[in-house]
Amino acid sequence: MAADNRDKRADDAPDIASGRLDAARYRAHFGDLHPVLAREQALVEANRCYFCYDAPCIEACPTGIDIPGFIKKIATDNVVGAGMRILEENIFGGACARVCPTEILCERACVRTAQEGDPIQIGRLQRYATDPILDAPKHPFARAAASGKKIAVVGGGPAGLSCAHRLARLGHDVTVFEARERLGGLNEYGVAEYKVPGHFARHEVDFILGIGGIAAKTGHALGKEISLAQLRRDYDAVFLGMGLAGVRALECEGEGLAGVANAVDYIAQLRGAADFGALPVGRRIVVIGGGNTAIDIAVQTKRLGAEEVTLVYRRGADDMGATEHEQEFAQVNGVKIRHWAKPAHLFAGNGHVVAAQFEYTKLDGGKLVGTGEKFSVAADMVFKAIGQSFIAGPLGADALELENGRIKIDANFLTSVPGVWAGGDCVARGQDLTVEAVEHGKRAAMAIDAALRR
Amino acid sequence: MVDLSVNFAGIKSPNPFWLASAPPTDKAYNVERAFRAGWGGAVWKTLGEDPPIVNTASRYGAISYKGLRVAGFNNIELITDRPLQVNLDEIKAVKARWPDRALVVSLMVPCTEDSWKNILRQVEATNCDGVELNFGCPHGMSERGMGAAVGQVPEYVEMVTRWCKQHTRMPVIVKLTPNVTSILGPARAAVKGGADAVSLINTVNSIVSINLDAMAPEPMVDGKGTHGGYCGPAVKPMALFMASEIARDPECKNIPVSAIGGIETWRDAAEFVAVGAGTVQVCTAAMHYGFKIVDDMIDGMERWMEQARYDRVADYRGRAVKNITDWQYLNLNFKTIAAIDQDMCIKCGLCHVVCEDTSHQAVASLRNNGRRYEVIEAECVGCNLCMHVCPVEGCITMKRVDTGAKPLNWTQHPNNPMRKEAAE
Ligand SMILES: Cc1cc2nc3c(=O)[nH]c(=O)nc-3n(C[C@H](O)[C@H](O)[C@H](O)COP(=O)(O)OP(=O)(O)OC[C@H]3O[C@@H](n4cnc5c(N)ncnc54)[C@H](O)[C@@H]3O)c2cc1C
Ligand SMILES: Cc1cc2nc3c(=O)[nH]c(=O)nc-3n(C[C@H](O)[C@H](O)[C@H](O)COP(=O)(O)O)c2cc1C
Ligand code: SF4
Repeated sequence: MAADNRDKRADDAPDIASGRLDAARYRAHFGDLHPVLAREQALVEANRCYFCYDAPCIEACPTGIDIPGFIKKIATDNVVGAGMRILEENIFGGACARVCPTEILCERACVRTAQEGDPIQIGRLQRYATDPILDAPKHPFARAAASGKKIAVVGGGPAGLSCAHRLARLGHDVTVFEARERLGGLNEYGVAEYKVPGHFARHEVDFILGIGGIAAKTGHALGKEISLAQLRRDYDAVFLGMGLAGVRALECEGEGLAGVANAVDYIAQLRGAADFGALPVGRRIVVIGGGNTAIDIAVQTKRLGAEEVTLVYRRGADDMGATEHEQEFAQVNGVKIRHWAKPAHLFAGNGHVVAAQFEYTKLDGGKLVGTGEKFSVAADMVFKAIGQSFIAGPLGADALELENGRIKIDANFLTSVPGVWAGGDCVARGQDLTVEAVEHGKRAAMAIDAALRR
Repeated sequence: MVDLSVNFAGIKSPNPFWLASAPPTDKAYNVERAFRAGWGGAVWKTLGEDPPIVNTASRYGAISYKGLRVAGFNNIELITDRPLQVNLDEIKAVKARWPDRALVVSLMVPCTEDSWKNILRQVEATNCDGVELNFGCPHGMSERGMGAAVGQVPEYVEMVTRWCKQHTRMPVIVKLTPNVTSILGPARAAVKGGADAVSLINTVNSIVSINLDAMAPEPMVDGKGTHGGYCGPAVKPMALFMASEIARDPECKNIPVSAIGGIETWRDAAEFVAVGAGTVQVCTAAMHYGFKIVDDMIDGMERWMEQARYDRVADYRGRAVKNITDWQYLNLNFKTIAAIDQDMCIKCGLCHVVCEDTSHQAVASLRNNGRRYEVIEAECVGCNLCMHVCPVEGCITMKRVDTGAKPLNWTQHPNNPMRKEAAE
């Protein structure tokens, strides 16, 4: 809705309300997006796999899972063997099965994509194989003989816990320091609810800790309760997996208004909600940004009952961080996506945001510039989703070298400071994906192990 | 104009598609549904002497192959379990209502002349078109000296066939068991006994699977199982071979063949006709999908014959027989090598790994700017394994290589110490 009449609207109270839908709707909207395959479905899908030699999917998986190997096992009903094949390489195989953008990873590389545009549903088969192991009472991995070494892991997200699990497997004792009250990182606080519904993230964390030898200290933030200098003194090695604590600013007028929020903060609130019906959500939502976070906040507010959700991105569809599949998913969910416009001004009514004004953009010799032409969208809530950033402050005086604003690491995930390794979103390497963070944690653990045994 | 009607050993049928003697032909109700669906004929479920036999629960085992159900099928069912007179009355009624369809009655009685004479007299009274002697059932009945127990002994086959020819005016079809070392033994015996035709194959001795929890074969009857008879798509190659053996054998004197075994489509049927069959019989495919499958069998065969310019089934019957020869007569100077269409290749690498691991190391796996698989022509022996494993139809083809050498077969080859002719 164009807000040329914003003066009139300025007197209106914003339409922000909870309980817009009935309980059944919330259940449907935030239930499992892709339920686990039934055995018959899994067998048919597994048997579609050609069992490729030098399979391109393996290379396309950041954690290098032996995909044809695990799929063949599904086909022979060796489901536990299949699950172990996955978890050996990727202890977050359960989360990855649910959250990986497979359309740009393994499934894009699947030769059936080239053949017929219809890849093996690797992610769903991965879930079929890992669910039973995560649900089993006994942790499947044994620990190597105790090494006597102690390692501190900062951050309990995918990178930190993947590192901790591998270190524990290798016989080391690990302490995880996590600023929040729960472990899991963005699996717990960030990823869209319908990808990991219920308490899957917690269930998976419990599974990972089940190996033993990992002590978790939640409510312990680096830079507050603990310092890097202290960790370096008390432990044989330190791994930093702190993710991205900062949120980029819009740098436009009105950013501080009530009703303007960081997408990640609202999502964290949603992910922690016991009752989706109790969450206040605007009738008209404007989302600014073009990555997966933008898609996630847009779809989730729509599914909470928002009437109009408009996502505005400053460049074209091909430039969006969100995959084509994600963009389509948003549109199917009724999100309106507008391209080539950047925020110019957020308008207030009674101190609360009532509309967002955008300026059209275009490329001028490769540079993005405003055209001067503007439009406005009425909004009860505006969400900023233009990216997260690394905050180096908590690292303290030990000042690690940075690269492009994130921690600089060498090929073995070692930082510029001896004895300190890092991985996941907080380092200057790879894409910001769960599966990538898991691989970083795993490889850093192996590097730490090698260094400590030298 | 294509005309599918056939005259098989004196039995007229509007098309060559018959239902084999089995559950689909056990009752008037089933057979009439089949005729309404378009089947040209039916061989009634095998009749025996009263009191009727008793069947078990369960009766079937099946092989699912990679999600495809019933790729192979097995049963431990016996002959009809209904009283003889009930069957005879129904046969008579059905034949009266469907005079244009072929109605053949399958029989199995103990190996005494009186038993056969007696039942033939009763069956003749139904006005059916012919009889088929079930010498093939490999389970249960064979333990009682019938079925395959007769079919595996050529002397018995000849003897019983002769009795039947003596005691009936009806055409006699002898149904053969594949559970023999050579099908020609019983086939020649049937010819000697005066059979008007043979039909084959009956089912193959089989155990489809062992249930590893129960440690017993499937299907299980109260914890135990027994071997059954195998049929369905999996047995078609064996049936095709056996039918072609009979067609090629001079002693079988071009005896009419009703082919059975894994037939599901018009194409399967046409292949059997090409190796000499006059009619085909179907059981598993009907039990898998119902009688409607005959619709495409008729339609598909008609369309194929039309474009191949065959007016009648007889026009292409046996046409492939002359090209089925002994291995020793194959041209050893004929060469092909594999060619990969790089534009069609999806980079699964199967051609490479199977040739590398199990054959001749003739497909290179290259990595420059992505994967690439290339045939090493000097190493390729033309076995065609890669073509079969390639999941993309037409991506790997076998290209003829002109060696310039004249045709040379094993009987002429210098490596053959027994060669008949000197190599040039
Ligand atoms: C909204 C959203 C949706 C996403 N959806 C997907 C998706 O669908 N699929 C996908 O593959 N990826 C997705 N991602 C990206 C993915 O979640 C991240 O790449 C991944 O979680 C990175 O793991 P990490 O362990 O490096 O960091 P995080 O998951 O961010 O974990 C870092 C942990 O460190 C803790 N921490 C931070 N600072 C301190 C400190 N000073 N002291 C102690 N602890 C600290 C944090 O509380 C947190 O628990 C999404 C990201 C967002 C924001
Ligand atoms: C191409 C090929 C060649 C074979 N050559 C022989 C052979 O020379 N000698 C032999 O005893 N069996 C030979 N066999 C049969 C196999 O040893 C095996 O008995 C048969 O393939 C059945 O096993 P399978 O279907 O499980 O592979 C051959 C099989 C194939 C496929
Ligand atoms: S971890 Fe993700 S990318 Fe790797 S195989 Fe599983 S679903 Fe695919």
